[in-house]
Amino acid sequence: MTRKMPGAFLFLMPSVLLLLIFFIVPIFLTIGLAFTNMALTGAAAKSLEFVGFQNFVNMFHDPDFRISVWRTLIFLIFSAVIGQVLLGFILALLMKEKNVTFRRVIGIIVIAGWVTPEIVVAFCMVAFFSDNGSLNQILGWFGVSPISWLFSFPMVSVIIANIWHGTAFSMMVYQSALDDIPKEVEEAAIIDSATGFQIIRHITIPMVKGSIVTNMMLVTLQTLGVFTLVYTMTGGGPGTSTQTLPIFMYNQAFVNYQFGYGTAISLILLLIGIVASLFYMRSMKVKV
Amino acid sequence: MVKHRLQRNIQYGILVVLGLCFLLPLLWIILASFDPNAQQGIKAPDTWTLQNFKDVLTDSGNLRSFGVGLVLSGGQALLVVIVSVLAAYPLSRYEMRFKKSFLLSILFMTALPITAVMVPVFQMFLYLNLQNSIFATMLFLTSSSLPYGIWMMKNFMDSVPIDLEEAAWMDGASVWTGLRKVVAPLMLPGISTIAIFTFSGSWGNFFVPYILLQTPDKLPASVTIYQFFGSHGMVEYGRLAAFSLLYTMPSVVLYIFSQRYMSKGFSMGGATKG
Repeated sequence: MTRKMPGAFLFLMPSVLLLLIFFIVPIFLTIGLAFTNMALTGAAAKSLEFVGFQNFVNMFHDPDFRISVWRTLIFLIFSAVIGQVLLGFILALLMKEKNVTFRRVIGIIVIAGWVTPEIVVAFCMVAFFSDNGSLNQILGWFGVSPISWLFSFPMVSVIIANIWHGTAFSMMVYQSALDDIPKEVEEAAIIDSATGFQIIRHITIPMVKGSIVTNMMLVTLQTLGVFTLVYTMTGGGPGTSTQTLPIFMYNQAFVNYQFGYGTAISLILLLIGIVASLFYMRSMKVKV
Repeated sequence: MVKHRLQRNIQYGILVVLGLCFLLPLLWIILASFDPNAQQGIKAPDTWTLQNFKDVLTDSGNLRSFGVGLVLSGGQALLVVIVSVLAAYPLSRYEMRFKKSFLLSILFMTALPITAVMVPVFQMFLYLNLQNSIFATMLFLTSSSLPYGIWMMKNFMDSVPIDLEEAAWMDGASVWTGLRKVVAPLMLPGISTIAIFTFSGSWGNFFVPYILLQTPDKLPASVTIYQFFGSHGMVEYGRLAAFSLLYTMPSVVLYIFSQRYMSKGFSMGGATKG
């Protein structure tokens, strides 16, 4: 195919325009506005000024920012890497070669949590973790007195909620990757009297390594941007205990009306996203 | 063999426990929606009722929020399909100077978190006087899912053999006719998959409409549900559960529907084909 298409640009025009206006321009705005004092209230509201790196200087001196970075890391590690990626893999591995109906039922239950919109997940989880909720009810059978999960362990609650919502994606990715491993390879290992764990460690994991890396990047990127679930479950609280970077950004921009500062936080999020995206593309070894 | 069977039983046991953990929150919302006195704990209703669903469906505000969601997500899905079929065509069929960098940029954009640009997008909407406009919000949503749409569409289109189009051209069909009458019908499964993905993603989206739309009559169901449990103080669990379930239904139905099109399970949305 070496032909050139006359008028190809007409076909690409709508996409290019839309992406330019609503994707590229906002990205450049993020970069530009992050260096201004833009605000909706107060003295700065009257005059928009270029303030250089002032927002970033403030940011690195702001204890709330440091706390948010920390919270984001905890949220990422426990709900994305350990939670979704590992649990998804375990589920896929355990479901391999099980009774078809059983596999389907478990699959449907896990996927149901994924198909459910985030706002509904939040509602289910707020009820689940509430003082009179299902979790305390069940713990009560074992003689545990009720715990105010959302107040005493808010981070644990949102992490579990995100695992509940997201694990199905990883599970499905691994299921299809595991299905692609030729049966003969594992059979040969069994004949050589390898144990289950040896097979998993030396055969299964190396063979699905590509999927693991790609999936890990995708899940991390997705979790980095999680706003709805945390915001609607805890609002970032109590205090700042679940204030991840997206929530911190939202609070600065839309609660305190410090848009310049809010945008500077966005830029940090965007930069992390850009770095992760580049890793993701490398991990996929795309050829276009 | 005894050891092997024990191992298998343990595996079944773990799966059952994990399955129950995943099932519990869902079971609660289903039971609560049929319960006239639903509380936060899980329990079967003393009397089963459809009153919660009736209450939700007879409230005109709720119905409107479903309507708004339908317009937003439906419009977005339609736009994404049309615009990305157009873009995918030259990308899939012809040589172009900037093709490689264009495709790489598209792939790069698929991975960026939209959350990060919402503050400047709000600024932009404010500046251009677009805030609280359903149409502008729809255009923004379209653009945000366009990179994924174009990428998938191009991959789907690559798998449609070019011979058929060439035959059509021989018979005097134009490029445009070839795309409309030959390529598009052949990749209907792919088009449906993209439409369904886009619609479901947008239907479940809370953040974008929450930021860009303000007046209650323009809010889609996702935001209405939040206001339901955010500001009503005494939460009516049964009604809210019924509302949530009704709102979840389209996502579930479309997911089941999409499974019919995705013959071989799930494989990174065709992205790995490259």
